[in-house]
Amino acid sequence: MKKRKPKPGAIKDAQREAARFGRRALAGFILIALCLGGLAARFWFLQVQRHAEFAARSDNNRISVRSIPPTRGLIYDRNGVLLAENVAAFRLEVVPEQVDDMSAMLAALGQVVALSDDDIERFDALRKSKRPFDSIPLRLKLSEDEIARFSTQRWHFPGVDVVPYLTRAYPRGADFAHVVGYVGRIDAADAANLDADLYAGTTQIGKTGIERRYEDALHGSPGYEQVEVNVDKRAIGKPISRVAPTPGKNLYLSIDARLQRTAMDALAGRPGAVVAIDPRNGEVLALASAPSFDPNLFINGISRTDYAALMNNPDKPLLDRAIAGGFTPGSTVKPYLGLGGLQLGLRRPQDTILSTGEFHIPGQARGYRDDVRGGQGLVNLRQAIARSVNTYFYSLALDMGIDRFSAWMANFGFGQPTGIDLPGEASGVLPSREWKRARMRQAFFPGETVIAGIGQGYWVITPIQLANALATLAEGGVRHVPHLLRAMQDGLNAPRVPVAQPKPVPSFVRNPADWEAVRQGMIDVVNDPSGTAHGLGEGFPYVIAGKTGTAERYSRTGEEWTSIAASPISRHEVLFEAFTPADAPRIAVVIALKEGRSGAYDAAPIARRILDAWLKDDDAEPAP
Amino acid sequence: MKPLLRARAWLRHVLREPSLDLPLLAALVVLGLIGLATLYSASDLDQRLVMNQALRFGLGGVLLLLIARVPPSVLRNWTPWLYLGSVALLVAVALHGQGRGADRWLNLGVMRFQPSELVKLTLPMMVAWYLHRRELPPRWLTLGAVAVLIAAPALLIARQPDLGTAVLVVASGVFAVFLAGLAWWRIFILLGAAAAAAPLLWHFMHEYQRNRLRMFMDPEADPLGNGWHIIQSEIAVGSGGLTGKGWHHGTQSRLEFLPEHTTDFVFAVFSEEWGLIGVVALLALYLFIVGRGLVIAANARDTYSRLLAGSISMAFFVYVMVNGGMITGLLPVVGVPLPLISYGGTSAVSLLAGFGVLMSIHAHRKFMSG
Repeated sequence: MKKRKPKPGAIKDAQREAARFGRRALAGFILIALCLGGLAARFWFLQVQRHAEFAARSDNNRISVRSIPPTRGLIYDRNGVLLAENVAAFRLEVVPEQVDDMSAMLAALGQVVALSDDDIERFDALRKSKRPFDSIPLRLKLSEDEIARFSTQRWHFPGVDVVPYLTRAYPRGADFAHVVGYVGRIDAADAANLDADLYAGTTQIGKTGIERRYEDALHGSPGYEQVEVNVDKRAIGKPISRVAPTPGKNLYLSIDARLQRTAMDALAGRPGAVVAIDPRNGEVLALASAPSFDPNLFINGISRTDYAALMNNPDKPLLDRAIAGGFTPGSTVKPYLGLGGLQLGLRRPQDTILSTGEFHIPGQARGYRDDVRGGQGLVNLRQAIARSVNTYFYSLALDMGIDRFSAWMANFGFGQPTGIDLPGEASGVLPSREWKRARMRQAFFPGETVIAGIGQGYWVITPIQLANALATLAEGGVRHVPHLLRAMQDGLNAPRVPVAQPKPVPSFVRNPADWEAVRQGMIDVVNDPSGTAHGLGEGFPYVIAGKTGTAERYSRTGEEWTSIAASPISRHEVLFEAFTPADAPRIAVVIALKEGRSGAYDAAPIARRILDAWLKDDDAEPAP
Repeated sequence: MKPLLRARAWLRHVLREPSLDLPLLAALVVLGLIGLATLYSASDLDQRLVMNQALRFGLGGVLLLLIARVPPSVLRNWTPWLYLGSVALLVAVALHGQGRGADRWLNLGVMRFQPSELVKLTLPMMVAWYLHRRELPPRWLTLGAVAVLIAAPALLIARQPDLGTAVLVVASGVFAVFLAGLAWWRIFILLGAAAAAAPLLWHFMHEYQRNRLRMFMDPEADPLGNGWHIIQSEIAVGSGGLTGKGWHHGTQSRLEFLPEHTTDFVFAVFSEEWGLIGVVALLALYLFIVGRGLVIAANARDTYSRLLAGSISMAFFVYVMVNGGMITGLLPVVGVPLPLISYGGTSAVSLLAGFGVLMSIHAHRKFMSG
């Protein structure tokens, strides 16, 4: 542009000035047009060139995929009695991202809704394992009052919401606390091991029992829905799309709730267990442990005082004595040992032993006593079982030797978990040279072999183990894996699909006559006037075969019977095992009590009550 | 009856009078209608908000008609006093102002208003008034005096702090100088000096203003905090695509991802719902208004009117550029509304008053002489 030199004193040239302005205005307009063109180019860049990217980010903003938690499968007994159900409840959830000052918010919220330290601890722990925009449960199972109070003050608490959910309930309460188990809140430890997608929106998980063992089947798989959300992540309007969740499978257990009830009733809170098995297939008909507890306490977080009460109870209600309680089997092992003597060719059924009241290992001074002073004379196997003659089994065990003894007894499953479909089963102890070496770094002494013959010494069994051994004996040596799950169902109206069971171990009893001798002994226990549980079968339509067990709780020193400090009532662990009908057994039952006078006195009557209850149900066999 | 009849006669007179430039008026009406429609959508169908804005348009329209009746010569004679008065009000605000965050408001008891809006008009008037008495094109000395005239109110406004208005005020003064024919070589020297002084400006900025600059450079550094506005705005604009999502189908605003979607970021809502086609049409409308204003300026008969009309028109463009640049991430976030579309009373009223001045200059083009 040409420079204009203003002439001093010149008159303003209006024409020239107007023309100059016109040029400037045009230049300005062109500049502006260029700038707006540049702006339009920027719009083109964003709206056309990068449209796909921003469209995706916009959808990301507005569309939120929410999981729809599946409905947990129900649990029934063999006859369709409901053992675990789902009920509607409300819980409080918090999205941490939307809370400015968490501790202040929790303090204020605590004024509206009761929040225990436990709730807050769990919440804090979960918060660490989740993303800040995830909704995290804070309090479960709000009362109606709490919901009403919170609703009126909800605007005080951005990021906090009341959410409906289904929670578990156990209508049979303590009867099935150990079998069905319970669900509890997913805690940080659970969350770390879970597939987060599978459990999105779910607050509870099986913690014990069937609930835990079959968690995968019961849980199902979540569905999801796409919802439009605003900037606060609140859903606006109806879902855009929805994939329904697959509910968990319903489970049908082999347990008979009425038998279970009878067992719990008969135990009456005395520490002990009752196990009933169908020997033909290993189905567990009753699995009771006493004392028990109310599993409903655990579902939405047990209070500290309730939990402390359970933990401090000396009778250990949380311990499932049926599968994890250790008992000394005492005389209940005698039939198995007796069968071993015949099978290994150490005895014939008619061979007799003289019971003098005291047995001696040749060359040793120490005496091993019979239960009857002065002994019980000459007895064969059948009589030895019926009268529970210790000397017969002392000598048999000694003749067998510890290695053959433990190998034989292992056939019945002693010393190993039965494999029942419950978590937390104990394996017990079958005395053996290997076990003792591993445990105590000592050789096995003959005296220990002798007392192992009457189920004393290192022996530890669980009631389920003994019941499974009994069922194996009753079934002529065919061992099934005891199990609780009988059938599964995809929905209320779907067919019940039986669960395939592993093939049983083929019988290890080679000579049926041997088995018959043992069976006769066990029939005599209940039915012969000399039997230790004589009279128990009175009025029962089938022949009952059984065996008592009365195990020392305290080591007996010297000869003094009367010096034992404990009262006669609580002196022994008492057991009773029975199956019936004796010729074609359909039920095998084991009673184990931590304290009692004797197996015949305390345990056997419980077995009779179970069998009576079973009799009422037996005719009505459920569909598979 | 008599006052009513007189009012009717006056209305007839106003509409028949050739003082109004019909193309400009039509463009403004169309723009206002677009603005109301956009606000109705952006506010999620809030009728009260739209009525409020329409009321302000009405107020601004009346002001436009009134000012259009005032001859530019009268405006010119009042200019120094208007300028001094508005600067005095700025000082008063600096001493007694009240407002949210920024002290911009002066409470007059009946209503509150922002003196800075007044300055948007009085400053270009003052610069035009000063320049028309000087020999043109301006030289350094004149330039220095103009610089003082601009800087005094601009610094007061920037201090409030209201960077957006300060930018607009400075721009209107600078445009007057540019239109006065300031030699290009002087312009380049000044631009160079301004560029060199830019780091100095950083020193005088508020922390929030610095943050806005930082975020402008890299919004993704703090996507949930300071970068949120820019990112969400770009998403809104970009997701609109070529044809847009349709009126009231803009999810970014309806679901409140886009902050301030009725005020500073309303352009993003418009872009989201109408797409590139709508944006280009809107920019064309703005360009037409600026162009029409410059035509009116070129046809004015005295220097004062020319400079005033020209700088008002070009300052109008600055609104569009700064706002459009902001919502597309081209320029840092500065609180400048999109003219006649963003919700907010004072800017609409002062803009329409400015167009009143243009109308007045248009009306008196034939009778004025240099």
